[in-house]
Formats: sequence, C-alpha cells, structure tokens
Amino acid sequence: MTIISKLAIAASLATALTSVSIAQDNLKGLTIGFSQIGSESGWRAAETSVTKQQAEALGIDLKFADAQQKQENQIKAIRGFIAQGVDAILVAPVVATGWEDVLTEAKEAEIPVILLDRGVDAPEDLYLTSVASDQVKEGRVAGEWLVAEVGDADCKVVELQGTVGSTPAINRKQGFEEAIAGHANIVLARSQTGDFTRAKGKEVMEGFIKAENGGADICAVYAHNDDMAVGAIQAIKDAGLKPGTDIKVVSIDAVPDIFAAMAAGEANATVELTPNMAGPAFEALSAYLADGTAPEKFIITESKLYTPADNPQGEYDTRKGLGY
Amino acid sequence: MKRLHLERLANPQLLALVAVLLINWLLFPNFFRISWQDGRLFGSLIDVINRGAPVAILAIGMTGVIATKGVDLSVGAIMAVCGAVAATMVVAGYPTPIAVVAALSVGLLCGLWNGFLVAVLDIQPIVATLVLMVAGRGIAQLITEGSIVTFNDPALIFIGTGSFLGFPMAAVIALALMILVTLLVRRTAIGLFIQAIGVNRAAASLAGIHSRMLLMLVYALSGFCAAIAGIVVAADIRGADANNSGLWLELDAILAVVIGGTSLLGGKFSIPLAVVGALIIQAMNTGILVSGFRPEFNLIVKAGMIILILMLQSPLVGSALGFFKRDPKQAASR
Repeated sequence: MTIISKLAIAASLATALTSVSIAQDNLKGLTIGFSQIGSESGWRAAETSVTKQQAEALGIDLKFADAQQKQENQIKAIRGFIAQGVDAILVAPVVATGWEDVLTEAKEAEIPVILLDRGVDAPEDLYLTSVASDQVKEGRVAGEWLVAEVGDADCKVVELQGTVGSTPAINRKQGFEEAIAGHANIVLARSQTGDFTRAKGKEVMEGFIKAENGGADICAVYAHNDDMAVGAIQAIKDAGLKPGTDIKVVSIDAVPDIFAAMAAGEANATVELTPNMAGPAFEALSAYLADGTAPEKFIITESKLYTPADNPQGEYDTRKGLGY
Repeated sequence: MKRLHLERLANPQLLALVAVLLINWLLFPNFFRISWQDGRLFGSLIDVINRGAPVAILAIGMTGVIATKGVDLSVGAIMAVCGAVAATMVVAGYPTPIAVVAALSVGLLCGLWNGFLVAVLDIQPIVATLVLMVAGRGIAQLITEGSIVTFNDPALIFIGTGSFLGFPMAAVIALALMILVTLLVRRTAIGLFIQAIGVNRAAASLAGIHSRMLLMLVYALSGFCAAIAGIVVAADIRGADANNSGLWLELDAILAVVIGGTSLLGGKFSIPLAVVGALIIQAMNTGILVSGFRPEFNLIVKAGMIILILMLQSPLVGSALGFFKRDPKQAASR
C-alpha cells in the first residue's frame, strides 16, 4: 500500500471516528502524552494508530512512548511527560499494580491522567477516568446474537476459549453463558482453549469436529477472538463442511480478517472490541477542561455487533490500514 | 538376528505411543476411525501425524544439536521469522518457489549464526541460541509489522494443507526429512562424528574430527528444519503470525528428543525415536481435545503422562520392574 493511500484511509477514518457531537476545540494545541504498552498484537497496533489519528484530527500534539511491555518504561515515560509539563497523560497500563507513586506525582503536578483499556489497583482519585470495554458484555452480545439466530431450534455449540485463566477468556465465557442460560435448546457441548491463536483454534476445531460425529452435530462455534475463529473456519472447510452455513461462526474483536471471512459468507457475527479508546478519552478530557465536569470513573466502550448485513467488505477495507 | 529385531520394536518409546493411543481410544471410541474424504484421509489419527509434524521436523534438527551436547532454543523464533519471510514475499508478489527458497535460506543463515557463536566463538549453546530466541521474534514482528500477514497463494497453502496419496503434506515432509537425515548421519560417518563431539569435543578434535565444521553443520540443519516447520505452520493457517508461530515449540522439540531417548549429555541419539517422541506429545494433545476434558486439566494430564514415560526410560525404574532388562553378556556381544 502506498503512503498516499494509507494517508487517505487514515484521513477518512479520522473524520469518520471523530464525528462526535460535542466540539472539542479546547483541546487544540494541547500537548498530551500517551504511554502505550507496546505492539504485541494487531489490536494494540490499531489502538495506537487510531489514537494518533484522533489526536491529529483534534489538533493535539501527541507525545507517543512505546513501553515494550515493561512497566518501568511506562513509569519513566510518565515521569518524562510530567517533567515536560504536558497538559494530560493517556496510559494503557501493562499491569494493574505499582502505579500509586507515579500517579500521585502526576496529580501533584495537576496533570489529569486517563487510563485506556485496562484498569489499575490504585485509589480512584489518582486518575480522571478509565476507558475500557466490558468483556462480559462482549460475550453476552455474542450469545444474544446466537439465541436470536437459532430461535427454538436445537443447537449444540462448541467454544474456543482464550488462554486458560486470562481475564478476557473468563469474562467472555461468563457473558456468553449468561446469554444462553434459560435457552434449553442451546447447549454448550465442548469447550477447549485455543490460546487466542489461529493455529490452535484450527487444531482444537479439528478435534471438536472428529469428536462430534464429523462436525454434523455441531450447530455453531463461539470463539473468544476472531483469530481462533479464522482458524476454526479453515478446519470446518477441511472437514468438507460449509462454515457460516453448516456451522455458524460467532466471535469477538472485529479484526479485518474476520470481515474478509464474513464477506465470503464464512463467518456470521463478530462483536467489536473497539481500538478507539482515545475518542471517549479526549471527549471526557475536553468536558473536564472546559468547565471542570468530572467524567464517570469508568467509561465503557460500545460492544457493537457486526453481521454480514454491515458491509463486511467495506469494514475490511477501512480496518486493513490500521495496522491490525 | 530375529531377537534383535523384536527387541528394537519393543522400545519404550513405541510402547508409550501405543499406550497413549490406546488411552485415547478408551476415552474416545472413534479415535481410530479413518475415512476418505475429498481425496484425503480424515480422522483423529491423521490429525495426530498432521499436527505432530512441525514438532517432529524441529525434533529432527534438534536431535543432532543435542547429540553434540548442545541445545537450540531459537527454533521457535526461527519458525516465526521464516514463516514471516515466506508470507510477506508471497504477498509482495514474488513467485512461491522463490519465497520458499528465501525462507529456507533465512533459516539456514540463522542456524549458521548459532553455529558460528557455538563453534567459533565457543559460547555455550544455551546462551548462544537464547540470542536468536529473543531477537528472532522481534525480527519476525518487524517483517510482518506486527500484524498477521494473510495470503491466498495456492502453492504455498498446499505445503501446509495439501495431501500426498491421501496423507497430509506436513506429515509427508516430516517423514521424508526424517529418512533423508537419518540416512545422512547413519550411512556416513557423520553420525559417529557427532556422537564423538558430544562425548568429548576436545578428544574428538584431537582425533582429527573437524568439530567446528560439524557443529556449524548441526546448527545449520536445525535452523533449516525450523524454517521448514515455520513454512508448514504459516501455510497451514494461511498467514504468518509473528507473535505466536512456534511459540514455546522449542521446548516441545527438546521434550520430543528427550522422550526419544537422546541424552542431553550428548553422545547418544536417535532421529526416528525423536519423531516418535513428537508423535507421543501430539497424541496426548489430540487425545485431550477429543476426550472433552476441561481445558484447566490440559497441562496436568500432559505433565503426568510425560513423567510416566520418562520414568519408564529411567534405568532404575526399568530394572526395578524387570522391564527391558538386558543380559549384559548379550548386549556386549551385539
């Protein structure tokens, strides 16, 4: 992709994503520091690029620091921001503990701090607000879609879990189970971990298909992320079945490749984990700076459901440039 | 002669493989059912050889390294790098053969780098290969720019998901590689030289063995095998996943080699048995998937089985059970 087309996509996205109702003119010309965890996943890379685009569209001078998965780097970066006298700080904290000292320093310097996509174990008055998704709700939205999709028909579901013991895996499982509870026709027959990866998702799905009468007994697969769903789709195809028709596929995250599968009729639904955590953060900051309105302590991003009716090809084209 | 043949077949590794497969069968009665579908064999047993192939390929290279009293921790990262190279080149429009050859060359280069550190600079293998283990994944992420590079090139995909005479391509590649490398080391003196280096490198050098060259060779072979595994894995999921491809597989490969009876102290090795080791590990993985255990038990079940298998190989336990007790006189006369 050429730089020009990348820029064009970035520009169109920035306009699309920043079409928020309140004018945030008071952020123009401000300097804001952003301490990002790193770029361990495509989603995080997308979060970084969306944040940069948002800042550019609002005329913010964004100071970006990549912590490469280390808390000490993040603390150093935040201290650096305080020393530079930035107007606000965004942090995507790599771990939950150990933030009190540096957040207190920021508070003493009267710099508002906003947490992105993860929380911290620190007194709530040390940060302005935290913007995050509700993982239980993501699972619930996926489950509710399935409940509506199958109606009264019997449906045997297999689940591809995330890494055993990880918070998103626990929460997304819980949400899905909440949604299908009370619908006796939907049974969660098998559940195994696919470690959030495409390769393991494919391998586990192969096992499920063998174990469930060559896949004939499976009505739907629920994957805790899109990558595992993409792997499962390949396993379903290898078994001579039609993903999306013979076995329904529902997953979470909304990464570009699942939209490609959806456009090909091979995936049925995905719940978005939006990379746009900065948008609500800037909105809250703008209101706070304008008249001191304290925002809600926990801002929950929307968990939007996408189905083939939502122009998957268009979503794929838009998201592909974000670095997923 | 006949007795010797039987004894060879009744080694602990093959018995363990049969035992694991039987346990799988008890947990899941259709485990051995194989059907013919879309011009290929289809069944859990086929999954075992297909999914076990990447680790088996790694284990083939790893056996040589461990036989020289070394270890190669970088194979997982090399897999990620080579998968990334193949995928990005195909996406950039290069013909598949060129992309594959480039990826294999990168793997070979990585292996030569390890060999250079170990053989020429005399750095301890665990430290020398740790360099690439850590840096390699970063290099792979640089190549893919942190995202999964998805491709649709039919020729490249065939390497991972195609079939040959009904058998999965990955397993065919692993088998061919095993036969080739086994012939290379056993039909020439190379195997003996590798063992000599593993027992005592200084003595081997004094005896006239080019130990530096041979060490470079075994590490290069390990890198090359990792490249093949990396291409197979990327081709299988039609994408190069720099963050996860080959993650922790170096440990599975070492485990496969150890289950195969190769000594970590060097000097004794078997490539076919390392491949059997890889199949044992995969048979357990596949068994867990079809049995319906809760995922929280995966690692516990695996650990328990591995402890059992390694105990079977322990000389102390072996003699206590009267298992494989060999008459010392007979062993000497062989």
